[in-house]
Amino acid sequence: MAQLKTSVRRAFEEVSYSPAPESAGLADQWLDGHGREFGHFMGGDWRAGDGPLVETRCPADGTLLARFRNGAASDVDAAVEAASGALPGWRAAGSSARARHLYRLARQIQKRSRHFAVLEALDNGKPIRESRDIDVPLAARHFYHHAGWAQLLDAEFRGYEGVGVAGQIIPWNFPLLMLAWKVAPALAAGCTVVLKPAEYTPLTALLFAELAAETGLPPGVFNVVTGDGAAGAALVRHPGVHKIAFTGSTEVGRDIRAATAGTGKKVSLELGGKSPFVVFENADLDAAAEGVVDSVWFNQGEVCCAGTRLLVQESVEEDFLARLADRMETIRVGHPLDKSTDMGAIVDGAQVERIESFLEAGRKDGAVIRQPSSPVPERGFYVPPTLCMGAPSSSPLVTEEVFGPVVASLTFRTPAEAVQLANDTRYGLAASVWTEDVNLALDMAPAIKAGTVWINCTNVFDAASGFGGYRESGFGREGGREGMWEYLAPVARGDAGAPGDAHSMRDAPDDADAPGGVGASERSGKAGDGRAGGASAGKREQIDRTRKLYVGGKQARPDGGYSLVMLDREGEAYAEVPRGNRKDVRNAVEAAGRARARWAAASGHDRAQILYFLAENLAARADEFAGRLTRATGDAPEAAAAETEAAVQALFTFAAWADKYDGRVHSTPFRNVTLAMNEPVGAVGIRCGDRAPLAGAVAPLAAALSQGNVAVAVVSARFPVPALDFVQVLETSDVPPGVVNVVSGIHDEVFPTLAAHDDVDQLWDLVGDDLSGEAERLSAGNLKRVWVARTGLDWLALSGRDCEFLLRQATRVKNIWVPYGA
Amino acid sequence: MLTTSSMPTAGAATVRDASEDRNPGVPLDLDWVRRVRVNRSAAEFRAHTLARRRSVKAEWQAGWLLRAVTLTDLTTLAGDDTPGRVRRLCGKARRAVRADVLNALGVPPEAVCAAAACVHPAMTPTARDALEGSPVRVAAVAAGFPSGLSPFGTRVEEVREVVAAGAQEVDIVIARDAVLLGDWERLWREVAAFREACGAAHLKAILATGELGTLAKVAQAALVAMMAGADFVKTSTGKEAVNATLPVGLVMARTVREYFRATGHRVGLKAAGGLRTSRDALAWMVLVKEELGDAWLVPELFRLGASTLLADVERQLEHHATGRYSAFHRHALG
Repeated sequence: MAQLKTSVRRAFEEVSYSPAPESAGLADQWLDGHGREFGHFMGGDWRAGDGPLVETRCPADGTLLARFRNGAASDVDAAVEAASGALPGWRAAGSSARARHLYRLARQIQKRSRHFAVLEALDNGKPIRESRDIDVPLAARHFYHHAGWAQLLDAEFRGYEGVGVAGQIIPWNFPLLMLAWKVAPALAAGCTVVLKPAEYTPLTALLFAELAAETGLPPGVFNVVTGDGAAGAALVRHPGVHKIAFTGSTEVGRDIRAATAGTGKKVSLELGGKSPFVVFENADLDAAAEGVVDSVWFNQGEVCCAGTRLLVQESVEEDFLARLADRMETIRVGHPLDKSTDMGAIVDGAQVERIESFLEAGRKDGAVIRQPSSPVPERGFYVPPTLCMGAPSSSPLVTEEVFGPVVASLTFRTPAEAVQLANDTRYGLAASVWTEDVNLALDMAPAIKAGTVWINCTNVFDAASGFGGYRESGFGREGGREGMWEYLAPVARGDAGAPGDAHSMRDAPDDADAPGGVGASERSGKAGDGRAGGASAGKREQIDRTRKLYVGGKQARPDGGYSLVMLDREGEAYAEVPRGNRKDVRNAVEAAGRARARWAAASGHDRAQILYFLAENLAARADEFAGRLTRATGDAPEAAAAETEAAVQALFTFAAWADKYDGRVHSTPFRNVTLAMNEPVGAVGIRCGDRAPLAGAVAPLAAALSQGNVAVAVVSARFPVPALDFVQVLETSDVPPGVVNVVSGIHDEVFPTLAAHDDVDQLWDLVGDDLSGEAERLSAGNLKRVWVARTGLDWLALSGRDCEFLLRQATRVKNIWVPYGA
Repeated sequence: MLTTSSMPTAGAATVRDASEDRNPGVPLDLDWVRRVRVNRSAAEFRAHTLARRRSVKAEWQAGWLLRAVTLTDLTTLAGDDTPGRVRRLCGKARRAVRADVLNALGVPPEAVCAAAACVHPAMTPTARDALEGSPVRVAAVAAGFPSGLSPFGTRVEEVREVVAAGAQEVDIVIARDAVLLGDWERLWREVAAFREACGAAHLKAILATGELGTLAKVAQAALVAMMAGADFVKTSTGKEAVNATLPVGLVMARTVREYFRATGHRVGLKAAGGLRTSRDALAWMVLVKEELGDAWLVPELFRLGASTLLADVERQLEHHATGRYSAFHRHALG
């Protein structure tokens, strides 16, 4: 009683906060119930497996939480086997049954929300306030939302089915939420899952596995292998996995890209970021300061989309930073389970060291580093909120992802400069823009290269909205309709005409020896081997025709000065084509890069006009092109005419789509509009196949151009002439210089340069051979998006679904969140 | 665990009477007024999450609620108020919480009384007499309460009259039409005139925020009122359809903070209307603590204007004292 009186009196006089610990009871009980030791969860049961036991500790105080297995490759094998075994049954269960399972999972997460929240806070170190109010409710919401997609799968994704076994690797910053982001869409699509949680934070995934089994999810549908990066690497490389979804560092993302190259696995990567947080002079500055708190001091700054580059308009810099410095003083750093804690513990000591080394580097670069005067706990891994002012834009503090509660401030003068600085990064995950001027806000949103743009808000997420990166922040989206595609593949049915299906195209000779082989020989070298017999009756062109590469709107001689002599099926030389080299590719990409911004900004209507004009001009020369096709391929004249007509059709079709492939407004659950805008990807490198040498070049170009992309096309290796001659049509159809660039030559010599080029945003490899795998490997440099059409599209008869597929390849979704309110 | 920085202690007994530190006002700065930007969504988000970010439980909650009592302007502003009703209210204000409850909580009864009793102009003499000798201050509404649409001269005169009748604090209503028309000069002139008419009495400017349309107007009106010399800015009359909401409180608190930063003058904040539960009181206190700091959690700078709030607070306090849940009828009617 005396103590009561003392405390009441003190609180009355001080109006201070007391320790308000959330009970760890539920979590402890559960851990004790398992003897604080966990195996992997596979095939509906726990399994110790072959790896050694390792520990997970609470970063706030070092308490041992539990021991778990560091999974071995054999454990991954067993888990994939379980997932593969469960796949047919899970597919056959049907979308409605899957919807009910997902609904049950959502319900169960809600019912055990406190349990999950406490366990997450203990394992990760994040404040209970956040795990309770953000992580767990969003995870439940994700399962609810995807229960819906499961139900609607057949209607909304007709002709598609789950890709198969999904290998999913998640990070330690939002363990349960990232699980939900990955598992919910996978299960909804009809995939089975092997999940590898981070080695710092395996516990909520294990609790979820147990819960999933209890709710009656069939054994093997969801499996967990715990362990470190080696287990993840084994999962990535496992041949039984059809899809890899990864969230984590760009470095590891690159490894995964390279490791999956050539395997045909679907890959989505959600990687690092150094997101801009842009404050204009006409912003609500107090709101923006609060935004910084929610952006970089949320989850201890261990957030991939944290707005760690603070760009403040110079006119309000002093005012704004003063407000921010004041605000920092009231941030409470403390034990994760204290309900009044704003920032908890950093996940591990190694991470603390990493953060501090960045600060040290910043100091050396001349940055002024400011931290609040309030204390942090002495025990445990803590870093106070940190504001770095005056670091040069080249400092690692400004350029590298710190993954801690550290923000670096810079200034800008004009909106244009804000865009320039915002985009001055290899990353492109998110951005936050603060202004009360709607014109300015809506000007900034499309200009910033990022998958998510938050206007006057930050770090808001919802299952109905896709999340994912541009540039080296990865590719693929999680959430919303756009996220479902990541787990779907066209149904492999003969009658479906699905993208990527095998088709009865022209009986092309084996492509294996095609690149630079059959059908071409060097001008100075031996003539073709004439292996490909045929009945073509053409002759060598009567007047010497000089075909050139097409770069920046001009015909260009190949840098190397070499030509290739093209042989017809009888081995007779009928044309010469330039043999491009890496410098030609470089020049073409540079030309494309110069054209990129303007073409992207052109209206859909204007782009359509040009595509229609291309169609008109090609149609006018249809007979000529058909003849050339026949001469090159030996096809019957009717077939050649049909292909020419298909090319014209494709131009018309994508001209039509130029102003119709609309974005969406997502139904996210608070007062805002979430605009899902389809944006062009940028510069697309297209490698055309031999099967439809004209239509197979014109149609993908039309698709790319219609959505505002610029392109570098490497034309068919075997039959390059028709596509090279198409340059004349391009030249006469008002296509702005650099929007289309055409390179011919030996694919092995030119395509790797294109695949590796850091200013190419996307590759479309329409051949699908060993070189395609090499291209995927090379794409890891800047993590450009790659689409390999391994079995080809039927360019002569594109279905509506094929076109939709191409349009999706030609765009990426940017989600712009615009809260409103007078 | 963190402890917050210490702050000056203050019970009701320490209410300073003096004009020391009073906001003298500043000339109208229209550039400043026009620079005001408020984002409603962000304000709502902050207001919504603020209370969830801080936990005040058990003994601490009891201490906070006791403080809430000392911040309360116990109010009756009904059309059927009579001297008897006002005397009862004033009695309650003087002895706000049962002595045995206070004893059980270890707080001397003399440390806990309401900050003020707030009444209609005509009831000022009654309140003055009923509060004679107590630290509870006499507050009267004035200036054409609640609409503020009486002739200007009448409104100024009303302020003079209540001060002459013994009001130590005058809760004036501002002219909403001036805000809606953006006539900041008139608003400034009128509030400055009320302030002058107040003399030594403190001026609380009621913004009637529920009738201003936007949060930006709320901030602008608060700013102009402070420039004109208001000692407090107050959310509502209690008669508007929408009264004291946390987003409005947040915006006003931030405007108070900005004014303090720019001028060095501390202006008080009063939430009024719609406050009924202990939870409401705690949410407002957290808001003020987080946005303005501990210095503002004193009766000189923060008030909760309410008529029924106290009854709920008392029940909670008795619960803290006895461990049992309480009932309304166990506490004296205010």
